[in-house]
Amino acid sequence: MANKDLLNYTLQLADDVMILGHRLSEWTGHGPVLEQDIALSNIALDLIGKARNLYQYAARQEGNGKTEDDYPYKRDVLAWTNVLLVEQQNGDFGQTIVRQFLFDCYHYYHLEALSKSNDEQMAFIGAKSLKEARYHLQYSSEWMLRLGDGTEESHSRMQKAVDDKIHYFEELFIPTELEARLIKEGIAPDLSIIREKAFAKMNAVIQESTLVLPEKIYTQQGGRDGKHTEHFGFILTELQFMQKTYPDMVW
Amino acid sequence: MELSLEQKFQDKIDRDERIEPRDWMPDSYRKTLVRQISQHAHSELVGMLPEGNWISRAPSLRRKLGLMAKVQDEAGHGLYLYSAAETLGVERDTMFDQLHTGKAKYSSIFNYPTLTWADIGAIGWLVDGAAIMNQVPLCRCSYGPYARAMVRVCKEESFHQRQGFEIMLTLCNGTPEQKAMAQDALNRWWWPSLMMFGPNDAESPNTKQSMAWNIKRFTNDELRQRFVDMSVPQAALLGINIPDADLKLDEETGKYSFGEINWDEFWQVVKGHGPCNKDRLAARVKAHEDGAWVREAAMAYAEKQEQKKLNTIAVKTA
Repeated sequence: MANKDLLNYTLQLADDVMILGHRLSEWTGHGPVLEQDIALSNIALDLIGKARNLYQYAARQEGNGKTEDDYPYKRDVLAWTNVLLVEQQNGDFGQTIVRQFLFDCYHYYHLEALSKSNDEQMAFIGAKSLKEARYHLQYSSEWMLRLGDGTEESHSRMQKAVDDKIHYFEELFIPTELEARLIKEGIAPDLSIIREKAFAKMNAVIQESTLVLPEKIYTQQGGRDGKHTEHFGFILTELQFMQKTYPDMVW
Repeated sequence: MELSLEQKFQDKIDRDERIEPRDWMPDSYRKTLVRQISQHAHSELVGMLPEGNWISRAPSLRRKLGLMAKVQDEAGHGLYLYSAAETLGVERDTMFDQLHTGKAKYSSIFNYPTLTWADIGAIGWLVDGAAIMNQVPLCRCSYGPYARAMVRVCKEESFHQRQGFEIMLTLCNGTPEQKAMAQDALNRWWWPSLMMFGPNDAESPNTKQSMAWNIKRFTNDELRQRFVDMSVPQAALLGINIPDADLKLDEETGKYSFGEINWDEFWQVVKGHGPCNKDRLAARVKAHEDGAWVREAAMAYAEKQEQKKLNTIAVKTA
């Protein structure tokens, strides 16, 4: 029988990158500069590629004929366990960069640790995605600097983006119950160590970008328990449109 | 007797050699190329929109990734082509202005809407197929930077075409609903695809000069004929019907004769009054305007960094 914790953990990791990749892909064709259009699409491809690896792994664990597509295309809102940060709307390019930067601070250090997981497949997926995430973090950090320390307008837009998005950062480091069990087994990385590294990186870049964190942070959470924001249903409406309209066909 | 610059240039063309950015060239050659390459670049850019709007609705992870990569390739093609045009002395911003004000054209095919998933298959199969027909000869175009850009573009386009055909094949092997979707997409995209080759030769006054300059290697009608001859057996393989009652094989030549293109529709769309012209342009203008603060910030930041570097050097040498 499949290890239920491992399965749900696999889906949790997959859902984060699936939804962030989906959001980023909304930029394709609409970027502020052609080169950045390409870069955002690239990151989206990496993230959905990783989601695909993880959904395939989940399907193998279940071993009951499910496929990689069953998870993203057939589950309703409450079954998804991604964090709230990744489902936030794109907003302007600055809002997208801040959302990406916060996720990258977590993602890079998380993958670094995941690549040493006791679960061979997790370690493999972690190592494979680590190279990509290193580039993502570099990319989003560079744009934090450019936009934070660019013009007056870009600075105020970025400050607003940080003020809006920072409340979704902490959720990435709050272990779910199953995650806490898997941390003990050495399958999931210890989030407290990752939190320390991610916050250090985040603080350093925010400071260098001449931005500041708000005095008080009101952590928003719930995604890991399926309690999403109002945006989420609309994401699924588009994502699952074909599957809902033409159930169970091969495309 | 000393040869004139013009004669030397034409001799080079006649020997089928490449013209490079620093070589002397007649103004009219430069203008023709700028117009053609920028139109081509704009087509890649605008071409991202009809397919891009299906990325969020693609029916499987595999299709989603395939479509995203394809649309991203088009952005890449736009980039090569804008760079090729820049070697002729025109700035990217100038070309964008021409696109946004409606002065510059782009391929009319992108002014048709994508209504179902089958349109993504039909565009890959037919639109990329027609584009390849047009572009493969451009790999031997007399202007070096354009020819070299086209070599890269064509490699990727042929992959897109196979991907599109494979989407169509999957639909045609699927349920009756899926097959009907494929037939409907063929019905809507067939004639606009034939229009991609431009007016009939008799109505195309620039063709002769472009051929004398080795920019064009075949006429519009020659390329259109090849496209029809290639597509008919492919449609038969899919088991769907090309929407042309006059289509028939000429046993002697082995070529297909086909019905009259609706040139009124063609000119209407070219002149800006197709089903999506206004939406496409509005989307491009919006992306450009929304991105203005980002581009300004990137410039300002780069200048600040440059200034910091200069200050450091000044301190060190003081």
